[in-house]
Amino acid sequence: MAQTANPTFLRPVSEPEADTGKAITFSTPLALDCGRTLAPVTIAYMTYGTLNAARSNAILICHALTGDQFVASRHPLTGKPGWWDIMVGPGKPIDTDRFFVICTNVIGGCMGSTGPASTDPDTGKPYGLDFPVVTIRDMVRAQAMLIDALGIEKLLCVTGGSMGGMQVLQWAASYPHRIVTAVPIATGARHSAQNIAFHEVGRQAIMADPDWNGGEYYGSAQPAKGLAVARMAAHITYLSEAALQRKFGRELQDRDQISFGFGQDFQVESYLHHQGMTFVDRFDANSYLYITRAMDYFDLAGDYNGILADAFRDTKARFCLISFTSDWLFPTPENKRIAHALNATAANVSFVEIESDKGHDAFLLDEPEMLATVRGFLNAAANGIA
Amino acid sequence: MLRPDLAAIAEMIEPNTRVLDVGCGDGALLEHLKQTRNVDGRGIELSQQNVNHCVARGLSVLQGDADADLAEYPSQAFDVVILSQTIQATRAPAKVLENLLRIGRRTIVSFPNFGHWRVRLSLLFNGQMPRTRALDYAWYDTPNIHLCTIRDFTRMASQSGAQIEKALALSATGTTPIRADAFGPNLMAEGAIFLMNRRGGAAWGPIAGRAGSS
Repeated sequence: MAQTANPTFLRPVSEPEADTGKAITFSTPLALDCGRTLAPVTIAYMTYGTLNAARSNAILICHALTGDQFVASRHPLTGKPGWWDIMVGPGKPIDTDRFFVICTNVIGGCMGSTGPASTDPDTGKPYGLDFPVVTIRDMVRAQAMLIDALGIEKLLCVTGGSMGGMQVLQWAASYPHRIVTAVPIATGARHSAQNIAFHEVGRQAIMADPDWNGGEYYGSAQPAKGLAVARMAAHITYLSEAALQRKFGRELQDRDQISFGFGQDFQVESYLHHQGMTFVDRFDANSYLYITRAMDYFDLAGDYNGILADAFRDTKARFCLISFTSDWLFPTPENKRIAHALNATAANVSFVEIESDKGHDAFLLDEPEMLATVRGFLNAAANGIA
Repeated sequence: MLRPDLAAIAEMIEPNTRVLDVGCGDGALLEHLKQTRNVDGRGIELSQQNVNHCVARGLSVLQGDADADLAEYPSQAFDVVILSQTIQATRAPAKVLENLLRIGRRTIVSFPNFGHWRVRLSLLFNGQMPRTRALDYAWYDTPNIHLCTIRDFTRMASQSGAQIEKALALSATGTTPIRADAFGPNLMAEGAIFLMNRRGGAAWGPIAGRAGSS
């Protein structure tokens, strides 16, 4: 049984005109990888465009660590444009005049889907750390429940960057017959030691904040300092050395000379502080712990005796993988490893490495070659289908 | 219109087979094979723009190169592997050929013939590295770092355990079969196309002779 309602957010909606989308709640328990079950399960989501009569034009977009369902429309809390506005919309590469686009908030998230801030039915209080540890596969299971509820048998495409790309790969492994194409961008089939290490720094920053209080802070101040530091550290990994140098160099912030103190002398410091501060206004610290953990645990080959190719054994989907030259978080070899595994199963796979100095974040930015690749691939794939 | 050397390669491909085109460019040959022979095609291509062209054509192409990526392909994964006008630009041609023979049941390699009389005369009379229609680069900026003659290639192929099923000489006027012991093509052909397999298959001379039927 499923019920649809308006989603509820942690913070008040600041943009009354923004579409807040829908939230569907399933009373059926969702069995999780950790052995526990989650019930009820709410999935907050946005849709754009119209599902055609044959139900063959649906595209699922999976968001990254700190993303949400507002992929192509104004964010109701921040008022910012959709996080992939450059890619999704009328006439854009993922053309909402032609395709029916679905984007869900992942479970464990904090934009209306069930997560650590949701009410635990057993206690009537927010879950906090009683929320079960979820995995990428659990997130994808929850998405499949929504896709079922929408009456869609097969997705024309599943796409996303970074953690979104992990979900795309998981879709191909878990539901090989339910996707026609897959476009994983700037991602990996496993989280590397370096990536786990950076996540651990972020989590420790949150947990070291006295306001975190073992995860029980709902109703009082959230561990904003810890969460901001986590965001600052992570944000560095989304950029490249060249991009930071080009953007900030050693420029000073609002001063003519260094202060011989520990204020924000440099522009790059000020920028990071701003990133940290704006982040805590829209994100939940516990969600950050849970979602980073889900990424750390992701090792697709691990589910198939270490043989990545076996994860894709049954896939009939056509793949288009994209990486960026300056991405050191999910570098080209990690992406190419997926392509080679797909090749080993004789799958249909294309791989493109885009020249960019913008680092991991390039997948969110106006990279004309990326946009052209996705447009061309989808056009060819949708020909005659949608 | 398909380039003449590509058209000659296309003629060697059986319908409904799995084909890997290494250095597939903008995908012209792959698309032609898909349309005319219902081939299940894949490509590898160095240039990102060319890969984009291929992807937009609905082809499955990996951005990469023969030196780095062939090792990752499983053995006997394709009916035919094609390497056209590229072997002379690879870092390790013998290793590349070995991989091609391993990946494909059959391998087709085409290359410019450095034994062509124009090349020979150019070096003889000008005393400079030859620049011809097929090889129009200065010595210092050419991507063709491992040029060879037809005879050179034949020798390497046999050392790599290749059986040559068929060999064609390429010239402006078209293709002609090359016989194993022939001296002429190495002097007269601008390029060559070799169809090979790793083991089994027929020996070179008789098959090529029959195929030429002249």
